[in-house]
Amino acid sequence: MPDVTKTKAGTDTGVDAGPLQAAADAVLAPGAVSQGKPRSLWGDAWYELRHRPLFWVSAVLLVLLLAIAAFPGLFTGANPRDGDLTNHFLTKPELTHFFQADWFGYDGQGRSIYARVIYGTRASIMVGVGVTVVVTLVGGLLGMVAGYFGGWIDSIVSRIVDIFFGLPFLLGSMVVLNAFTERKVYVVIAALAFLGWTTIARVMRSSVITAKQADYVTAARALGAGTGRILFRHVLPNALAPTIVVATIALGAYISAEATLSFLGLGLADPTISWGIDISDAKDAIRDNPHVMLFPAGMLSLTVFAFITLGDAVRDALDPKLR
Amino acid sequence: MGRYVARRLLQMIPVFIGTTLIIFLMVHVLPGDPIRAMWGDKAADPAQVASLRHEFGLDQPLWKQYIDYMADLFQGDFGKTFGGRPVSEEMGMAFPVTLRLAAVALTIEIIIGIGLGAWAGLKAGRAVDTGVLIFTLIVISMPVFVLGYLARFIFADELGWLPPNVQDSMDLQQLLLPGFVLAMLSMAYVARLTRTTFAENLRADYMRTALAKGLPRRRIVGVHLLRNSLIPVVTFLGTDVGALVGGAVVTEGIFNVQGVGNLLFKALGQREGTTIVGVVTIFVLVILLINLLVDLLYAVLDPRIRYA
Repeated sequence: MPDVTKTKAGTDTGVDAGPLQAAADAVLAPGAVSQGKPRSLWGDAWYELRHRPLFWVSAVLLVLLLAIAAFPGLFTGANPRDGDLTNHFLTKPELTHFFQADWFGYDGQGRSIYARVIYGTRASIMVGVGVTVVVTLVGGLLGMVAGYFGGWIDSIVSRIVDIFFGLPFLLGSMVVLNAFTERKVYVVIAALAFLGWTTIARVMRSSVITAKQADYVTAARALGAGTGRILFRHVLPNALAPTIVVATIALGAYISAEATLSFLGLGLADPTISWGIDISDAKDAIRDNPHVMLFPAGMLSLTVFAFITLGDAVRDALDPKLR
Repeated sequence: MGRYVARRLLQMIPVFIGTTLIIFLMVHVLPGDPIRAMWGDKAADPAQVASLRHEFGLDQPLWKQYIDYMADLFQGDFGKTFGGRPVSEEMGMAFPVTLRLAAVALTIEIIIGIGLGAWAGLKAGRAVDTGVLIFTLIVISMPVFVLGYLARFIFADELGWLPPNVQDSMDLQQLLLPGFVLAMLSMAYVARLTRTTFAENLRADYMRTALAKGLPRRRIVGVHLLRNSLIPVVTFLGTDVGALVGGAVVTEGIFNVQGVGNLLFKALGQREGTTIVGVVTIFVLVILLINLLVDLLYAVLDPRIRYA
């Protein structure tokens, strides 16, 4: 077999995977052909993205949020766990004291709300990104295997997907998390990923089924490419777009789910700082001191907004049909 | 049609068994002993613990517990709570409340969601379209408990239009605010989906035909366009029941609605396995049946789809 590949690729007919790949990409992005400069699907998507104001809004927000999550100490000098009940109990915000401990006021335990909002970012981002990575790897791999090999492998994977898909996501994670007494970030990630991987598996499976029937896959197989090479060099790159879209949009939803679970007392727990916990702590004070809830809730919504908007922009860029 | 339904119902059986098994395992295998937890920090009498464990069948091997549970379930017996009340009785009180809440939410979702989406879709690319897009993005960004407290703060605490807590959980008027909060997220998704399909179908051939026939605009939009655009929306509403259920736990908690969400949350706090499994089992069943209903609705919306 390798001999066949060699001789074929050696002739000047040029029937090796490279040009075929480029041709396939050009077909996928017809706009690129007419401009004379062939752009890949990803190049085309990037071109689309650059021209969307909402993409830039979310990109700037995300860079800022990631910086806050990585280096919270750079943004505030106050300690989020220091409570001073005598001086600061439920002090109202000082909106002109930019970046100071009392900028957003103090909560019911005399802790700086600004510092807690800043330090709470890390847990949310970690859960969101962590669940997305696990779900994409597990669901993506299972979906790819099921879609590519078909037959009994597909039947088994699809039935398992059906079963997990039947469980309501938030409800199921409540039941799972309820059994754990020590709820660290990785426990929450595991629980959400346990119930969340099915969507990606379904999306990946159907796009792999489409991609594996393409002519360039037949061509690659005729040239003697092995299963691994076909899967990872030909099928995967061409089946990845819908998965990326779903994963990006879901990231925001996972952050929202974590906050909801923490709010219910079923997600992260002290001493982890989480916006969900802070919002839950604030619910009795809301009537006279809405600021205690306003800032963590606002920051949480802003973060989810940034990820959802990014997912939206990526979808529009990668899937022109939906525009 | 009848054969299709029968086949679908048969296909549901393995999914139903698998799903309930997972829930059952999650409740019973994961660490933590609910019987021991009844004593809290106090020392428990081992004989009493053993007798209670025996009473609830928790001393049996897990597979036997599951089979016993399923056998009882098919006879309509959901087991007993730790308090001794039948779970079916507790659920019988709570389900009508949640059903009403869901009905209120679904109505709001459909009317406002489709309305907003249609409006934006007909004016695609204009200011209205962008406005609806930004509005839906903001709504989607707010987790349901944030929305809930925001709505309660504005409408109950500040404006005083509605009571902050629901007194009578069966009163539709009192369920309006929690229903609205529950509906918001899905409403935003419905609006976006309707907008996309409307904008896409506006360019369809049958639209040009309808226009060329000289049909009035109201009929073109209200019948031709709407009916053809509804399929993805109906699909979404079907799959969204699961999200609605999760949201109901939060919404019912915030507004003190005595529904299934509240029941489940209390059961989670006491680690009362029978109630948890019972509630989730019913939800799974409802979700499976609604998905079948949605598939059958396709044929009503689009006569080209037939089920042999």
